[in-house]
Order: sequence, then structure tokens, then C-alpha cells
Amino acid sequence: MNWSRTLTVAKTDLKQLVQAKDFWLPLTFLGSLFFVFVPATLLLTITSIGDVAVVGQISQTLEVLPEAAKTQIQGSSPEGQTAYALAVFLLAPVAVIVPLTISTAVGASTIVGERERGTGEFLAHSPAAAKEIYIGKLLASLAPGYATVAIGFGLYSILVNLIVGPSVGGWFFPTLQWWVMILWVLPPFLAICLSLVLRLSARVTSTAAAQQASGLVSLPIIGLAYSQSTGALFGGGLYPIVIGAIAWVVAAISLSRGVRSVTRSRLLGVGGGL
Amino acid sequence: MDLHYLEIPLIGADGDLMAFRTTPPEANLPPRAMPTNPPGDSDQIGSTSERLERRRSTTTEPTELYPPQATSPTPTSTVDAGPGHLTASKPSPSAEKSGDDTVLLNGVNKSFGDVTAITDLNLRIPRAQISVLLGPNGAGKTTAIRLITGALTPDTGAATVFGLSPTSEDGEEVRRRCGVVTAKPSLYDRLNGQDNLQYAADLYGLSKADAPKRILEAAEQFDIVDALNQQVGGYSTGMKTRLALARAVLHRPDLLLLDEPTSGLDPESAHSVLSMVREMTSDGKTVLMCTHLLLEAEGLADQIIILQNGSNLLSGVPDHLATGYWPNRIVELRTATGSDLDQLKSRAGTISYERDGNTARVELETTANVADLVSELARSGVGLEAVIPFEPTLEDLYLRIRRDDQLATPAPGGSETEMTAKL
Repeated sequence: MNWSRTLTVAKTDLKQLVQAKDFWLPLTFLGSLFFVFVPATLLLTITSIGDVAVVGQISQTLEVLPEAAKTQIQGSSPEGQTAYALAVFLLAPVAVIVPLTISTAVGASTIVGERERGTGEFLAHSPAAAKEIYIGKLLASLAPGYATVAIGFGLYSILVNLIVGPSVGGWFFPTLQWWVMILWVLPPFLAICLSLVLRLSARVTSTAAAQQASGLVSLPIIGLAYSQSTGALFGGGLYPIVIGAIAWVVAAISLSRGVRSVTRSRLLGVGGGL
Repeated sequence: MDLHYLEIPLIGADGDLMAFRTTPPEANLPPRAMPTNPPGDSDQIGSTSERLERRRSTTTEPTELYPPQATSPTPTSTVDAGPGHLTASKPSPSAEKSGDDTVLLNGVNKSFGDVTAITDLNLRIPRAQISVLLGPNGAGKTTAIRLITGALTPDTGAATVFGLSPTSEDGEEVRRRCGVVTAKPSLYDRLNGQDNLQYAADLYGLSKADAPKRILEAAEQFDIVDALNQQVGGYSTGMKTRLALARAVLHRPDLLLLDEPTSGLDPESAHSVLSMVREMTSDGKTVLMCTHLLLEAEGLADQIIILQNGSNLLSGVPDHLATGYWPNRIVELRTATGSDLDQLKSRAGTISYERDGNTARVELETTANVADLVSELARSGVGLEAVIPFEPTLEDLYLRIRRDDQLATPAPGGSETEMTAKL
């Protein structure tokens, strides 16, 4: 395994992605929607407008939260508590869908795209091992997702702390549970999702087919990731650690099986399973 | 003895002696359409007349299309009959017997589902020579290249490149020593030329210190320095091919595999590319080029390999193969009417005689002296207008081989042994 070549494959894929404005402009809009516009609108509505009826309704829905989550809610006023709960328990988990969606979209086109453009032939004749190409592609698909997490949640943190912070006694986000979710629970789910998507990308005959098929495959994974992320945020103690550990084991198995899906003949477009 | 170098004394019908110099070897034959019939057919004579006209009208300027071959480490004969002829480049017997092969394919078979791409292919690519894989579309040329680099694995049979198996753990070493230009340039359109070359430099393991220098050298070699910072998507087809060639030689490969490298190029660019291909063998590189364009292979190939239906129909040094098919001396004669040449049918030493209009093609015994024949005709009052020794071109050879194969093969796949035995 030559890591230099692996990183070269990843770096080149990312360079091309940066050049593809038609790809990242819509995704930037999607990220902005989830990380900035929707949270800002909701939280400003609650904290600034102070519509008692709305706050009352949202407060009632918070009653369904587990006790472990309820005890973490900060703030003395109903507006502050409601805004805190929304920022930490509702909007943050929803936002994990964004990196998953972005990484899935990148991964879906990565191998079949090489084949469609004819560049797969260059890779097939190159000294790079199939495993190096696979992992390079995996990293290139993960990177935009995690870049979105870093930038998106960076903005989100600033936003919620500025809007909700004064009502709950200062800066509160990210929480410890959030760090666990982002660094321990989310990565294996992303890896599972991508291992399936890359396998599809190696087998199908067109990018369009890869996008369609990966949507079907990745939706349940996204749902699972969302539910587990929510649970990780709601619950305390060992729950997120255990969930993350199980996900890592599944991811390792799925990735190792996925390596076999990338073959030189598939890069050429003449392999089996096409 | 090469008849091209002869000045044949001609005696006109009136008894005057005149000198008739045949077309000089450097003549630059213009590209021509592929004849519909192989040489030897009577209706080929018509096209021969055209050829006579062409040869007569050609100049003595050195060819532009195929510049003289640079000195190769493998000794080659200096016999050079010019670009239009099979004797253009003649590897010495010692080179042929050296056994120093870069590529060996032995009984290789490859199928894709129900489609058989390669059938019992045996291939030998000698080091530091230009070998040309010829064949119609679908003959298996591209698949052969893919098998050589290990991009594809043979179903059965063995491939050996540099003495290594490309499908084993040695595959990385094999691919590192190969440079490939595919029929479609396979470049990254969203990246600029520099990034495309840098990607190859990184994948092929060039050091950070060497890479910039090599990239610049390769870009200069293929005259694309000014375009390096432009996005490849905006390149012309010719520029893309040049970039693909630069990328292929960047890491100084020992074996260069070119799959129809002039596909889609204008004549000037194609000429330039072929010149570069020739230069590459000057420092010991082995070149294997696939093409279905006979004109491209002619004058360039040290060895030709003709593929058909995934099998090696024939391979060898072009002029040796030509000798196998045309062992006797053939001369084309033209007079005002042509009928006065019919006396040659019964002449001693004439093996075959064909006439179409005023031009006759005469096959003579190897020992025959063409000058004597011409003198005899002149003495008998025949007014010769032209005496053209027949030099089979690669096109002639290719069509002859394919015709013979089709005649000898009642069903697909049955005639290879016969064909090989014949030669």
C-alpha cells in the first residue's frame, strides 16, 4: 500500500471537484439552508419575537425528550430553554444529513465517472494498485462531507451561540455529546454509506444510474445515522460510545469488502457486474 | 538488388537508346486510397496505372511524412527504399535472433462474457524496435495492449513483460515501466495540462525534485508548454493527443504502448506524432503501436503483427513477409497499346503474365535480368513507355494476407497454421 499514491488519487479528485461549480454550488446552498438559514429563522423567531403561543407549543413537544436530555437543557426562561433544545437536540442532528448527502453524491460518480470520461483507462494502466485507487476515492468522497461538517457546524456554532447564548447564560455549543457524535458516531456511518456507494459506482454503467442507486442504498443509512446521532445527543454515558463502536466494526467489514469492487477491468468498463 | 536504384537503358521503337531512371527511393508517395483488390488481381492493373502515374509525377525531395530513422541501439540495415515501400527499415538478422524480447504473449485467450476478444494469441515484441499491431476494428488490438500492462488478466495463457508477469505482484513494476497512450486520450478535462502531468508524475513515482523538470521537458518535447496552464477541456484534439503523449513519456518508460495515437488528428499533427514515435526508439525504448491505418505503419514498423478476430494472423519484418508473398521479381511494363507485350507470356523465365489495357504485370524468375528483358523488347520493336519494378507496399501485403486468409478459411479460425506454414 503506497499512501503517497493513495493521497495523490484523492487530491486529484478533490481538485476536479473544486473546478466543478455545477456540483458544489447547489451543495453549498443545501449546507447554507441547514446550517444557517433554517436555524437562524427558527431561533430568531423564538428568542427575539417572543411569540408566547409559538414558544408554548414548542415547549410542549420538548416534553417527549428523555430525562437525560431534559436535564441538560439550560436557560431560565421558556424562550431560552426552547431555543437551547432546538439548537442542540433538533437542528444539530438534522444537519448531519448534509455531509452524508454530499459525500454520497461525490462517491456515486467517482468510479463510474472515471469510466465515462475514459480516464479509468489511465488509472488501469498506471502503477497504482486497485486498493490505493479505492481508498483514494473513499478519502476524496469523505473529505467534502467532513469539510462541510467543519465549515457548516463552525457557522452553526457561531450562529446559535450569538442568538441563543444570551438567553442561556453564554456560549454553550458545541456540547460534549456533539463532539462524540461528530468524531465517533458519524464517521463510521459515513464510511458504511460510502463503501456501499463506491461498490455501486464501480458496477453501474453511468453516473445517473449510480446516483439513483446510491440514493436508494444510502437513504436507510442516512436515517440510521440520524436516529443514532439523535440518540447520542439525547443520551449520556456509554450509549454513543457503544453505538459508535458497533458502527466502526460494520464499517471496517464493509470497507474491506468494498476494496474488491474496484478492479482494473471495471475501470476500463469491461469488468463483470457491469 | 533494389530496382529502384537502376537506370535501365531503354531502346525505343525507332531503335534510339535512351536512359530511363526509375523513381528515386526518396520519392514521397502521396497518401492514397486503399485499393479494393489485392495485388495480383487482373483488375488491379488499373490502379497500377494510376500508381505508375503517381510515381512518375513524384519528386525527388526527401519525405516529410516519415523522417529518416534515428540511430537505434539495435543495428538496422541501411537499405532504405523510401517511405512507400516495405524495405523502409530493415532490422539486421542479429537483432531478430537476439531473443531480447520486451513482451511475450503465449497462447493468450480473453473473453468478455460470450464475446471472444483474443484467441490463442502469441506475440513477441523485440526490444528497442517499433512493432505495429495492424488489424481491422475489433481485431483485438486494444485488448492486447490491456493484457500487456496487466489492466486485463488473460483467461488462459501467459503474458510476460520485461520478464515479469503483469498480473502478478510484479504488475506494479511492469506498469511503472510502461507508457500508454490510449485511443481516447483519457485526460482530466477539468484540470489544466500541468495538473494532468503532475498527476501522472505522482502516480508513476517521480520525486518532487525531478517532477517539475520532467514535466517541462515532456511539454517542450510535444510543444505544449504554452498550454500547460489552460484547462484541458478547452484543448483541441491535437493538443490533447500531444498532452497524452507527454504524459506517457514523462516517467521515461522502457515500453511505449500507443493505441491509434493519431486518431482524430490532422495530417500535420499526425506526422509530428509519428516523427516523435520514431525518435523514441533512438534511446532504446520499445514501441508497440496499434493502428488500422496502413499508411501510418508503413515506413515506421520494424515488425508488423496482423491481428484478425483476436488472433495473430501473421507477424514479422515487413520486407521478409513481402518476400514470402512475392518471392519472384515483378515488373510492370507499359506501351502505347499493350498488346505488343503479350509475347512475354511465352518468354522463358516468365512465371506469370497479366495485362490490363496498355499495362502488363510480369512475374519473372528470381534470377531474371530486367535489363535484358527490356533490351529484348526494344530489339523486337516494342516501344516501352514505362518500366516499373513492383515494390509491394504494406497495404499490398496486408490485403494479400487477408485475402489469402479468407480464401484458405472456409470457417472462422481454421487457417492460421496454413498461413504461417506458407511463410
